[in-house]
Order: sequence, then structure tokens, then C-alpha cells
Amino acid sequence: MASEKIQTLTDGNFEQTINGGTPVLVDFWAEWCGPCKRMSPTVDELAGEYNGRMVVAKMNVDDNPATPMRFSVRGIPTLLLFKGGQVVEQVVGLTDKDALKKMIDKHV
Amino acid sequence: MPVRNVIIIGSGPAGLTAALYTARANLKPLVVEGLEAGGQLMLTTLVENWPGFRDGIMGPELMAEMRTQAERFGAEIVRSHVSRVDLSGHPYRVVTPDETFECRALIVATGASARLLGLPSERALLGHGVSTCATCDGYFFRGKPIAVVGGGDSAMEEAVFLTRFASQVTVVHRRPTLRASKIMQDKALSHPKIAFEWNADVEEIHDLGKGEVTSMVLRNNQTGARKEVPVDGVFVAIGHTPNTALFNGQIEMDASGYIVTHAGTRTSVPGVFACGDVQDRIYRQAITAAGSGCMAAIDAEKYLEGLPQHLGEAELTAG
Repeated sequence: MASEKIQTLTDGNFEQTINGGTPVLVDFWAEWCGPCKRMSPTVDELAGEYNGRMVVAKMNVDDNPATPMRFSVRGIPTLLLFKGGQVVEQVVGLTDKDALKKMIDKHV
Repeated sequence: MPVRNVIIIGSGPAGLTAALYTARANLKPLVVEGLEAGGQLMLTTLVENWPGFRDGIMGPELMAEMRTQAERFGAEIVRSHVSRVDLSGHPYRVVTPDETFECRALIVATGASARLLGLPSERALLGHGVSTCATCDGYFFRGKPIAVVGGGDSAMEEAVFLTRFASQVTVVHRRPTLRASKIMQDKALSHPKIAFEWNADVEEIHDLGKGEVTSMVLRNNQTGARKEVPVDGVFVAIGHTPNTALFNGQIEMDASGYIVTHAGTRTSVPGVFACGDVQDRIYRQAITAAGSGCMAAIDAEKYLEGLPQHLGEAELTAG
């Protein structure tokens, strides 16, 4: 799950990151979630393609239970797109890259 | 790009077995793995009915083995999904978002995906308490009451699995008896954390306003009586729908959308074969899917042997 363009979010640094001025795409995942692993390379590619225009971040829900709770995330993979600290888009479950790009391009 | 001998769409037990057999027949198959790569077993935990593993094997591990085995014999697997196929003329065209492939024979192993109840609230609450994947989402319901909808093997397996997390699991089934196999029924019926609502339809899932699941409304389909049951999660396990939208109007299907096969795995289009859950409304097991994948590979091989321009040395190396 490592890529230099991807930020690792925690319950601690979450607030600061989503309020940073740049839109942020957050990928909620866990080690035991098969579909999350399938989704991961797509998210990595998006980080490369939107480099500088959007922050791409991953949050492990095992290590950070509070933030997913706060946004009623009860299933993974879930992607939330934040703009100005607010959720503007959400995607639940495996989704292909083209559909994700269409969604992101409305806001970024 | 050279014309391929055979393209396989799908990478569950059917697709990967077809890949293994066509690879060993030196047909250099190309597998387009699809969005839900590895198929339904990727969402399961311990598989206890795959012969050869007396202690069972984890679903994702079994699929990783099948994939590596097919690759070992020369199957090429691309990480993409098919957006369109054109079967109107030879060679057949298979289009992904990045590339267009051409092939002489096509094996359809696109499987089936989880079916939903069809309530508007259900779709809106997907990921916020409504789920079709217990192994993915069970974690979020530690100490909470939840429901599993369905009466088959998958529903019982999910219910038993979810007792690890949930305080109570209520199985909601629209009939008075379960459809699941005896061994799964016994596991669920005797479990202290699992309760049953018989003859019950889920009429509504609340609470759309809060953006999370707080309760479900059940209607007894014998008496008409309604009741609201507080739950934090609703896991829907009412079966699967075949993934055949790609082939609408191109391959014969039955009224439920399953591809119709005859004389083995042949479809209504010559040179197009179907295997696994996409054409199986009866058995739907990993082992039967794999078996039909093998059949499709052999049928495709026979078909290619009969083609006039079949398999020049040059094409083989180019493929």
C-alpha cells in the first residue's frame, strides 16, 4: 500500500489534512479486506495522475476507528472526496478508474 | 495487434481453470480478469468443500494458487475489465478501457454478482450499514445487532461468520424453511447468537435521514403483520445475478439473464463458450464452475482445430 505520493492518514492528522485547501481523496481500507487490495493500485494511479491538484490519502480502519465512525463508514473499500473540509462525493465498493475520474473531475 | 486464439473474460474458478487448460494446450490464452477479480471466493473465508484440502483452504488463497498455476503454463492475465464485446463477425472483438483485442474463440466466465432487495433505501445506505460482503464489513458491527437476509448457504455462512462481531444476528427469510445445505442449517440453527424471522420480507430499511442503518421493517407474508426491528446493519445474501449485460442481444440468454449453453459449453454464437455461474442456475459451486471451465477449454480447443486458418506456427508465437 506504499507510494510516495500517497499520504497516510490517522485519526490524529485527519482534520488538518482535509482542511488543507487542496481537495483530498481518502481511501478507507484494511489488511483483511480483499476488495480493498483490488482497489489499491487504482488509487495509487489516481495519486500519480492528480499529483499537485488533489491529495490522495489512505486510512487504515483497524488502526483508526474514530474517523470512519464519524463519517458513518460501515463498509470498505469506501472512498470519500473532501473539498473545503466537506464530503462532496462518496464511492462504496469496487469501482473502475474511469468512473472514479469522472467523479473527481467534477470537483478538481 | 495479432489475433488471439482464445480470450477468457473473468478470473474466478471457471475462468482460471479454462485458462489453465487452454494454456496447457499451448493456445496462449489471454484472461481479462474483471473488476471483481478472483470472483466470489475472494469474499469468503474458509472453503471446506473444495476437494483435496481436508482442513479447508481460505478462498483468496485458493484463487491466488489457481492464478499462479494458470500463469505458470503461459496464461496471460490483464488487470482490466471488458467494457464492450463485438460478436457480429470473426474475429471477435473484446474492448477494455485501454485496449481492443481480437480472438478466434471466446470463453465467457463473467460469473454472477450479489443481488440486492431492490429497496431505494438499501442502495442509498450501501456502505453505511447495508452490505453484501460479510467478510469485508463485519468488522464495523462489533457488539451491534445486525440482520442477514436470505435462506441459502451463503446467508447461513455469513450469519455464522458475523457472530464473531455482532451481539445478535437475526436471519430474515421469506419462507418457513431454509434452502441451505443440512450442515450449514445445523450450524446456524443451533448457534446461540442467531435468531430467525420466518416468512418475513424486508419492507424498509431506516434511517435515510441519518445516513446510517438504525432499523428494518419486516412484514410477515402469511399474516401481513408488520414490525420494526432495531439493527445497525443489514447483510443481503439473497443470491446472485449473472453478469451478462455485456452480451445483451449478442448471445442467447434465458429469462433470468443466464447464458444458454448446449452440447457442453457452446452458446448460440459459434466459437463462444460459457462456463461457471454465468450459465449455471442450479449448482453454482466453485468446483462445478471449475469443471465447466475445463469443459469450455476443451470445447474451444476442438473448435479452433476445426477452423480452416487455424494455428499457423507464426500465429502461435505472435499470440
